[in-house]
Amino acid sequence: MSAEAMTHDTHHHNPTGWRRWAYSTNHKDIGTMYLIFAIVAGLIGTLFSILMRIELMHPGDGILGGNYHLYNVLVTGHGLIMIFFMVMPAMIGGFGNWFVPIMIGAPDMAFPRMNNISFWLLPVSLGLLILSIFADGPPGQTGVGGGWTIYPPLSSKTGQPGPAMDLAILSLHIAGASSILGAINFITTILNMRTPGMTLHKMPLFAWSILVTAFLLLLSLPVLAGAITMLLTDRNFGTAFFEAQTGGDPVLFQHLFWFFGHPEVYILILPGFGMISHIVSTFSRKPIFGYLGMAYAMVAIGVVGFVVWAHHMYTVGMDTDTKAYFLAATMIIAVPTGIKIFSWIATMWGGSISFKTPMLWSIGFIFLFTVGGVTGIVLANAGVDTALHDTYYVVAHFHYVLSLGAVFAIFAGFYYWFSKMSGYEYSEFLGKLHFWLTFIGVNLIFFPQHFLGLAGMPRRYADYPDAFAGWNYISSIGSYIAVAGLAIFFVNLLYAFIKKAKAEKNPWGEGATTLEWTVDSPPPFHTFEELPKFNK
Amino acid sequence: MKKFLYAFTVIFAPSVAYANQPQEWQLGFQKAASESMHDIVWFHDYMLVPITVAISVFVLFLILYTCVRFRQSKNPNPSTTSHNTFIEVVWTLVPCLILIVIAVPSFKVLYSQDKIPPADVTVKAIGYQWYWGYEYPDENVAFDSYMINDEDLQPGQPRLLTVDNEIVVPVNKNVKVMITAGDVLHAFALPAFGVKRDAIPGRINETWFKAERTGTFYGQCSELCGIKHAFMPITVRVVTDDEYAEWLADAKVKFAKDPIEQKIELAKTIKIREEIK
Repeated sequence: MSAEAMTHDTHHHNPTGWRRWAYSTNHKDIGTMYLIFAIVAGLIGTLFSILMRIELMHPGDGILGGNYHLYNVLVTGHGLIMIFFMVMPAMIGGFGNWFVPIMIGAPDMAFPRMNNISFWLLPVSLGLLILSIFADGPPGQTGVGGGWTIYPPLSSKTGQPGPAMDLAILSLHIAGASSILGAINFITTILNMRTPGMTLHKMPLFAWSILVTAFLLLLSLPVLAGAITMLLTDRNFGTAFFEAQTGGDPVLFQHLFWFFGHPEVYILILPGFGMISHIVSTFSRKPIFGYLGMAYAMVAIGVVGFVVWAHHMYTVGMDTDTKAYFLAATMIIAVPTGIKIFSWIATMWGGSISFKTPMLWSIGFIFLFTVGGVTGIVLANAGVDTALHDTYYVVAHFHYVLSLGAVFAIFAGFYYWFSKMSGYEYSEFLGKLHFWLTFIGVNLIFFPQHFLGLAGMPRRYADYPDAFAGWNYISSIGSYIAVAGLAIFFVNLLYAFIKKAKAEKNPWGEGATTLEWTVDSPPPFHTFEELPKFNK
Repeated sequence: MKKFLYAFTVIFAPSVAYANQPQEWQLGFQKAASESMHDIVWFHDYMLVPITVAISVFVLFLILYTCVRFRQSKNPNPSTTSHNTFIEVVWTLVPCLILIVIAVPSFKVLYSQDKIPPADVTVKAIGYQWYWGYEYPDENVAFDSYMINDEDLQPGQPRLLTVDNEIVVPVNKNVKVMITAGDVLHAFALPAFGVKRDAIPGRINETWFKAERTGTFYGQCSELCGIKHAFMPITVRVVTDDEYAEWLADAKVKFAKDPIEQKIELAKTIKIREEIK
C-alpha cells in the first residue's frame, strides 16, 4: 500500500489515465464508454444509410457504380450496426448503466467487473463485423450481403461460401454474449440493490423499462445464439439444419430468428418508453399519469412480444389458421401501446409545459411513434401484408418506430441527462435546431416510402423501375437534411465542451424528481457515500 | 407542382392507360386486377386508412391542444392528478373495440385469398439466382425468363420489369401458381393480383389468381436473393382464350423439352447423385 493511496481520505485508489477506462468497474465510466461507442457506431451506420440514399436518389447506377453486392453489404451493415452497436449500447449500456443504479439508489451495478467485460466485448464484436466487410463473401465479392436477417440458404454455403458470413456470425455471438451478461447484471441490480423503501411499485419507470428489457434479452438472445450456431455448423461442419437438399428446413431458421427478432425490436424501444415517461413528467411539472398502468403495459408488451414472431413470415407459406392466430396476437399489442401513448398525453394534460429540447424530442417521439404504430396495425393484417410484405411500406413502418421512435428517445434522453453526465450545459438553440432539422429530414425520408411500398417497390433493391423515381428523390433529399441535423448535434457537443458552462444539480426544476437530480453534475465517482433516503 | 397534379390525375382517374404497372408519384396500391386484390384494396383503402388516419390525427390534435392549453405561460400551476380509473378503462377498452372492428373483415380477406379454387391453368415458378424458371406441368412446356438489359429495351418497355419470356395465362381463368426455388430464397410477387409467396428450396408453395382483364402485369422478386435481387422481374401477359391457345401451340414447339434432351438431363442427374455418394 503506497503512501499516496493512503492520502486519499476515505476513497479507494482510483486508477487514472487509460487504466481508468480500460479497467473500469464504475457504472458511470462504463456508461460513458457505451455512449461514445454508440456515437461512433452510429456514425458508421449513418454513413452506410447515406451511401444507400445517394445510390437510390436516381434510378440507374449511381455512386456505387453498379456494384450491387456492395449495396447489399451496406443494407446488412446499416441494420446490424444500428441495432446492435448504436441503439442497444446507447439505451441499455449507456443510459441504463449511468442512471439505473443512481435512480434506485444503488452504489454501483451488482457485478462491476462483469459490467466491464460486457462493454469490452462490444468493440471486439464490431471489429469482427467491420472485418467481415473486407473478407470474401459470395464468389468474387467481399462482405456479407444477406440482410440483418441472414436467412439461409443465402447465408449458407450455397449463397455466400466465403468467410465473411462466418465473421459476421461470430460478431453476433459476441454481441449477444455481451448483452446477456449486461442483462444478468441489470436484473440482479434492480431486484437486489434498490435503496430501502423503494419497492418495485415505487421504482422509476426507466428502471422498470430496463428490467423488462433485460428479461427480454435474457430469454430471446440464446435462441438467436442457437440459430446462428446451427448456421455456423451448417456452413463449416457438414450439418444440415437449414439445408433443404439434405433434409433440413430453411424456414426453421426464420422461426428461430424471429423468435429472437421480435422481442429484439421491443428491446430497442422499451428503454425509450422509460426515458420519455421521465422527460414528459419533468417538463410538465406533473407526476406520471397512471404509473402502474405504464409499468405493467411494458410488462405486457414484453410478454406478448414473445408470441407474435411469425407476423414477419406471412408469405412463407404458413397454414391460414396459423396466420390468423398471429394476426390476432399481433393486434393485441396495440392495446398496451395505446395505454402508454394516452398516459403520456394525460401526463402533459393539466401540466405546466416548458418546451426545452428534451421535451421537443419527446413530443416528436409520441406522435411519430403513433404513426409507426398504426402502420404496424396495417401490416399485422395478414391479408393486406400479402401485398405489403417485403416492400418499402415495411421499411417506412419500422423506421417510424425505430429511426423516428428509438432514435428520438435516445436524443431526448441525451439532452435530458447531458448536463448531469458531463457537468456542462448544452446550447438550447442548437438542440432545438437539431430537433427541427431531424424532424423534417426523417419525415421526408420515410413518409414517402409508404407510397413506394403501396405501389409495390420491394425493399433491399439497389435499382428500381423508373416509376419509383419521384418519391425516392424526395426520400434522399430528406436524408441529407437529417444529416445536417446530425452535424448540428456534434456542433452542440463541441459548444458544450469548449464553453464549459457549469451545470446545476437540477437544471429542470421541481418536475425532475428522480434521485439523479439530488446529486452533483457530474455525480461524484462514487455516487452515494451512504444509501439515499427514499420517501415518496 | 405539375408532377403532383399528374399524380392526382393518376390516382383519381383509374382509366389512365398502362395502369398495370406502378406510376410516378403514385400514392396507393396498383390498380387491382383480381378478386383477392380488390378485397385487399377495399379493406386497406376503406377500413385501415380511415381508421389509422383518424387515430393519428386524433393523437396529433390531443398533443397540440395540450401543448397550447397547458404551456407554462398559460398554466403556471400544474395539477397533481395522476390517476383516473374511468379514463384508463376507456382507453383500454376502446382500442380493443377498434381492433375487433378491424379483425373481422381482416380474417375474411385472409381466408378468401388463401382458399385455392380448382385450377384451370397451373404454372410452376422456380426462382434461381437471378432469373425465373416457369413450367406448365400439364402442357409439357418449360422455359426460363430473364430480365431484358437496359440497352436491349424496345420503346415502351419498362426498365427492370421487362423479360424475354413472360408467363402467358388466359383471362378470367383460375391460375394456380406453384412456387419453389433452386438455390436460395426468392419470392414470387404480382402486386396487381394481390399475390406474393416465398420461393423456398425443398418446399412448394401454392397461390392463385384470376386475372379479370387482359394486359401485361409486372412484379419483382420480393425476398433478398443476392447480388442481382433487383433484376429478376416477373412478367405476366394476360390474353384471351384464343390467344392463349395459339400461344400454347407455339410454346409447345418452341419450349417443349425434346424427349432425347430430357433423357440426357435425367442421366446427368443420376450421375451427379452417384458422384455425391
